[in-house]
Amino acid sequence: MPILERAGGMPEWKRRTTAQDMLVWTGWLAGVALAVACFQFISDRTIWAFVWDAPTQGADLVSRMFPPRWSYAEQLWKPLWDTINIATLGTLLAIVIGVPLAFLAAHNTTPSVLFVRPVVLFIIVASRSINSLIWALILVIILGPGVLAGILAIALRSIGFIAKLLYEAIEEIDPSQVEALRASGASNPQVLAWGMVPQVMPAFAGISVFRWDINIREATVLGLVGAGGIGMQLEASINTLAWPQVTMIFLLILGMVAVSEWLSARVRHAII
Amino acid sequence: MPENAPPLLAITGLTKRYATGDLALNEVSLAVPPGQVMALIGPSGAGKSTLIRCVNRLVEPTSGQVVLDGAELTTLGRAALRRARRRMGMIFQEYALVERLTVMENVLSGRLGYTGFWASWFRRFPRRDVEEAFRLLARVGLAHMADKRADALSGGQRQRVGIVRALMQDPALLLVDEPTASLDPKTSRQIMRLIVELCEERGLAAIINIHDVALAQEFARRIVGLRAGRIVFDGTPETLDAAALTAIYGEEDWSRTIRRIEAEDSVAEPVA
Repeated sequence: MPILERAGGMPEWKRRTTAQDMLVWTGWLAGVALAVACFQFISDRTIWAFVWDAPTQGADLVSRMFPPRWSYAEQLWKPLWDTINIATLGTLLAIVIGVPLAFLAAHNTTPSVLFVRPVVLFIIVASRSINSLIWALILVIILGPGVLAGILAIALRSIGFIAKLLYEAIEEIDPSQVEALRASGASNPQVLAWGMVPQVMPAFAGISVFRWDINIREATVLGLVGAGGIGMQLEASINTLAWPQVTMIFLLILGMVAVSEWLSARVRHAII
Repeated sequence: MPENAPPLLAITGLTKRYATGDLALNEVSLAVPPGQVMALIGPSGAGKSTLIRCVNRLVEPTSGQVVLDGAELTTLGRAALRRARRRMGMIFQEYALVERLTVMENVLSGRLGYTGFWASWFRRFPRRDVEEAFRLLARVGLAHMADKRADALSGGQRQRVGIVRALMQDPALLLVDEPTASLDPKTSRQIMRLIVELCEERGLAAIINIHDVALAQEFARRIVGLRAGRIVFDGTPETLDAAALTAIYGEEDWSRTIRRIEAEDSVAEPVA
């Protein structure tokens, strides 16, 4: 279509015809108009006096947050340890359940494409579509407040994550290595253990450590709904307007996340 | 081998039609006596790969019989098929080693068909198997590599590990799929010589798919030409003349290829 015949001369090439050009520019114009309209809508519903006041309010809050209340740290070590345990145990539980699900979901290992695979895919989607904070909210109602609800909330959210990424890795393995073992007379479980497991090991290690890293961060907020860990102290401090304590909690969370990030990077390097 | 000995492998009326409707093999009949090294040549898409994969049923034949050592293979159930596959060692174009396992593990994987699942999971192979593995690795000059990971080896070394893995099965027949297609000319000749020598030492028959006509003529005692799923040539290397090559590959100037057969000591070049 873009090659145009010029009278008597060489053919001419353009990216689009004139009509297509007009269509593209009309699209851009519509996009800009929509953005302006949206801003107008938001602006009408914003109390601008509060927004103009924000720098003063912010400065005031920061001034009340400093200096951090260092002595409060004594009471935080236990909840911090709980948070790490929630993330770690939750991730382990998710691995134990998620890995078999991944093998049931992958096209090349599922026992049944018509029945088992869709069921497992549904479980994976269900697990992934609900945030751990919402899982925690529900579990606190069922199990009562505490660390157990936090562990299960983290696990329920992570099962889908681990199973999905792992089954994609399983589907991408080199089939010739599997074929070679099958040709030698190996049984199906042997083909799985010798031909597939070694190939997905790096992906498995990377996914697990990555999820643990995410879970450390997610576990810090679970306390807000009563599911254990340092979030409970955070909520209590905010409710009592104890801003120097909030700063102290932020500092500890920052330190913990930095350490977990460093640790997971090390593990990923070592395995690959 | 005496001409009247019962064939080790007897293929009759073997036909394979893929789900796409392509007829890959059309009524192929072929008998391989014990200990015979046979080269299977033909253009890409002639059905060479399909033929050897129909023998060990990595590809299910549509119709026809495959009889190995008096036993019909096409009707075997899963367990019996696995036992039958142990007698057929397979060697692959891209080596198909499990890249993240060690050389020794790859070699021992040839024994999976003889080993229970948990014994193989914990790598507890009978002493006899491990001794045989060391003996064969020494035979192909790789004893010092036993503990290296397969992905640390060069192409020629990997193919030698592939050969040893196939021999570990204690096969009666080798199915060899383009063993030299990924190797340089010198390594190609070494690998072909090794396969032929080992077949002689152990009295193995072999079907070797190969693109390189000169290599086939030099190392095989019998050449079978396949074109569009039918056998169009079956004879000794000496009888493969320009007319035969035209029948297999189509019209082309074969004079230089033929001359190379007559000049035995000339250096092999890849056939275009």
